[in-house]
Amino acid sequence: MKITVNGTEHDVTAEADTPLLWVLRDELGLMGTKYGCGIAQCGACTVHLDGFAARACQQPIGSLEGADVVTIEGLAGDGDTLHPVQQAWVETQVAQCGYCQSGQIMQAASLLADDPAPSDATIDATMSGNLCRCGTNVRIRQAIRLAADKMGA
Amino acid sequence: MSRLKTLSRRGFLIGTTVVGGAVVFGSYLVARPHDNPLADDVTDRQATFNPWVKIGPEGITLITPHADLGQGTTHMQAILLAEEMDLELDQFTTEFGEPAAAYYNRGFAAEGAAVMAALTPLEAATVRGPMGAALKVAGIQGTGGSTAAADSFEKLRQAGASARETLKLAASGRAGIAVDQLTTERGAVVLPDGTRLAYTDLAAEAGALEPVQDVPLRPSADWRLVGQPTERLDILDKSTGRTVYGIDLVAEGMVHATVVTNPRRGEMLGYDAAAALDMPGVEGVVEVTNGLAVLADSTWRAFKAARAITFNWGPAPYHTEQADHWAEVAASFTDDRLNATWRDDGDAGAAGGDDIIEAEYRAPYVAHQPLEPLNALVTVTDEAVEIATGHQLPRFVQSIAAGITGHDPDQVRFDNQYAGGSFGHRLEFEHIKRACEIANQRRGTPIKLTYTREEDFAQDFPRHIAMARGRGAVAQGEVRALDLQIAGAPVFASQGSRLGAAAGGPDNQLGAGAYSAPYALPDFRVRGYAVPNLAPVSSWRSVGASVGGFFLETFLDELIHAAGADPVAERLRLIDDPVARDVLSAAAEMAGWGRDPGPNRGLGVALVRSFGVDVAEIAEVEQTEQGLKIHKVWAVADPGPVIDPVNIENHIQGGVVWGMGHAMSCEITYADGMAQQSNYHQHAGMRLRQTPEIAVRVLQNRARIAGIGEPPVPPAPPALANAIFAATGTRLREMPFNKSVTFA
Ligand code: FES
Ligand code: FES
Repeated sequence: MKITVNGTEHDVTAEADTPLLWVLRDELGLMGTKYGCGIAQCGACTVHLDGFAARACQQPIGSLEGADVVTIEGLAGDGDTLHPVQQAWVETQVAQCGYCQSGQIMQAASLLADDPAPSDATIDATMSGNLCRCGTNVRIRQAIRLAADKMGA
Repeated sequence: MSRLKTLSRRGFLIGTTVVGGAVVFGSYLVARPHDNPLADDVTDRQATFNPWVKIGPEGITLITPHADLGQGTTHMQAILLAEEMDLELDQFTTEFGEPAAAYYNRGFAAEGAAVMAALTPLEAATVRGPMGAALKVAGIQGTGGSTAAADSFEKLRQAGASARETLKLAASGRAGIAVDQLTTERGAVVLPDGTRLAYTDLAAEAGALEPVQDVPLRPSADWRLVGQPTERLDILDKSTGRTVYGIDLVAEGMVHATVVTNPRRGEMLGYDAAAALDMPGVEGVVEVTNGLAVLADSTWRAFKAARAITFNWGPAPYHTEQADHWAEVAASFTDDRLNATWRDDGDAGAAGGDDIIEAEYRAPYVAHQPLEPLNALVTVTDEAVEIATGHQLPRFVQSIAAGITGHDPDQVRFDNQYAGGSFGHRLEFEHIKRACEIANQRRGTPIKLTYTREEDFAQDFPRHIAMARGRGAVAQGEVRALDLQIAGAPVFASQGSRLGAAAGGPDNQLGAGAYSAPYALPDFRVRGYAVPNLAPVSSWRSVGASVGGFFLETFLDELIHAAGADPVAERLRLIDDPVARDVLSAAAEMAGWGRDPGPNRGLGVALVRSFGVDVAEIAEVEQTEQGLKIHKVWAVADPGPVIDPVNIENHIQGGVVWGMGHAMSCEITYADGMAQQSNYHQHAGMRLRQTPEIAVRVLQNRARIAGIGEPPVPPAPPALANAIFAATGTRLREMPFNKSVTFA
């Protein structure tokens, strides 16, 4: 069973019903993708699956043969650069505990890839599946607007 | 055995002890000096000046012992040290430090079990009561009750100043130049000719000196870091997925575990794990208190196997049905359940006449459920116990673990971690206990315990349930009397009982957020009633004030409307304190109070003093066709001197989201003795689409510094309820509000 994660192909051994989330964390040691609920309610596990935001806790590895996965660790590509969404997250100082933020950033990056100038309503609708228990909601919105500006500029 | 302990204890009264050729300084000024925990580890090329600063040739480490649950405490502590040390933010690393008495939380001591800014005699009785007794163990290295800033504000600047002056003394010795000719900047002592001697080069020499004590602190006008917007030290890692939380820890040879324990919190009468034991990767099951742990070679395999076990659970040691919880609370407004009278100005009981208003309010159980599930990495060997996870009370973790494994507390090493939130959840010890129970049965094997979200919900000790009965009088357009009775589960008694403290005594959280109100009402009484037989409860962000503030500020709003007065003007008339007056006035000014908000719109205000901090919030809501929409919230707080303005704004916004989000839609209810809510689909808090704009202003009139983690929470529910009343005429007297109204 082969999947590509952040540009590297991996042979994974977990049984077919294992969610991608746990393959990433326990088998590949990529800890940036978080477990929050396991039932698609929090978005902490959000990754990009073949270019689209997906909840890794809902993707049985058996259905992902040949899939291309990008996690928070691979979002910016190589080196020390940050993705514009990450830059905006740093500048806005969004994080409190930070636990939800990998998922928030992955969701936001996917949103902006689809819609470089999202309306407030689109931001709210797209990001409402990502739960921040610390309540950084206002800054998440602000950072997405800032990232949209950066990417448009 | 600590080498230091074999040396002179005098060392830490005045500050010098020789250890392995280097010198350890103890310049810290805690009420009771404690051994410097860093002294055990320093090599002969390093120096430690006090429990917060460690310098060696390879770099500078600042120790930030207050747990970081997302409140930015690591950064806050580091900039206080760096300010006086003349360090820039990129010149040091931080560590949480080990559990040690030297990190005694003076905030806890001064504020009394982390709850009060100024002790009244009755509040002091609370501290002497259940929770206080439990906490009054020498050297409580605790984080909670919004005390971290108060604890650190002077202590850490003094520690930084002492280290700086000692390094200057070392430079003076080396260069033969008087200390007053030397300056410091960017981690170096600068000689008059511009030569820079890096602190890291001076460490060994500085270590041979008596540390310089009682250094005057710099005035706020000279601060470079404190009070300025700075980039939080952890922000980059938290924006790149690099922060390591407890749940991310791995150890060589570790075995994964998850637990299933009685959701009724009673005994486990029996189980059948045969199917689970046949599943791939499952290494076994072990019994723990009231349940079972499954051991496996991955988290997922442990989770999956846990679901395959069937259990026979014993009964709950409290009412099994929610309706009976409410009935017990409703039956508790009696003299024999009167816990304490927290405020009794004038003669509120005598109020009579025509303009008497009475109302009853309810606040439900609510879960903490920070986004990182409970977890712990524990290894027990015959010689030692090693525990790593995020926790607010490291010293208790040590003693509780030792009690389970039979070790001496000194043999328990606790490695604190960044936590994915807490809100009071990580003041509890269930996960620590379960992990220690498992690891003790598998000595030598590192056990990585991860809770499923469902187990975390089931075992969460929620915010206490409470009811209030208000009786008030209005006359000639003014509120004249307010009598509030609050009956609820006593939080500190419940929490204290799990720490082995005797129950009983006044529990000020039954009146918090209400009796502390800065109003000079002529007749004003607040009484608390302790309700037995309820589910065990715990401190939930802002504790008693999270319900007391709602009760008082919505009832007061009812009285003000009954009097025909303006909610802001009447509160301002009643306020007897200039700090609170400025807070409320500023909020009113920001919100444009008094303007016509337009059809179907309304503004509501609330002002609550909790943890000594006044916070006013004004919400603007609209009744739309889809339901109620919160457009904007204005929040003003006065916590005194500000250390980190960006973080304060973030936390006030977060407090509004937390307080309003739970008031809108969250409750824990019991059926058959079990919490009926098992995951975020039933208890999420505020989603982004429901989130208003939140404008924040911070005033600094309060003389003493106070924390800001909790005080923004209590005014949020009443501001929202009062705004909904203004917009719709519907008076909300029970949380969560979605029981009676619909939100868009
Ligand atoms: S862990 Fe996948 S959505 Fe919560
Ligand atoms: S920052 Fe803590 S959950 Fe979002």
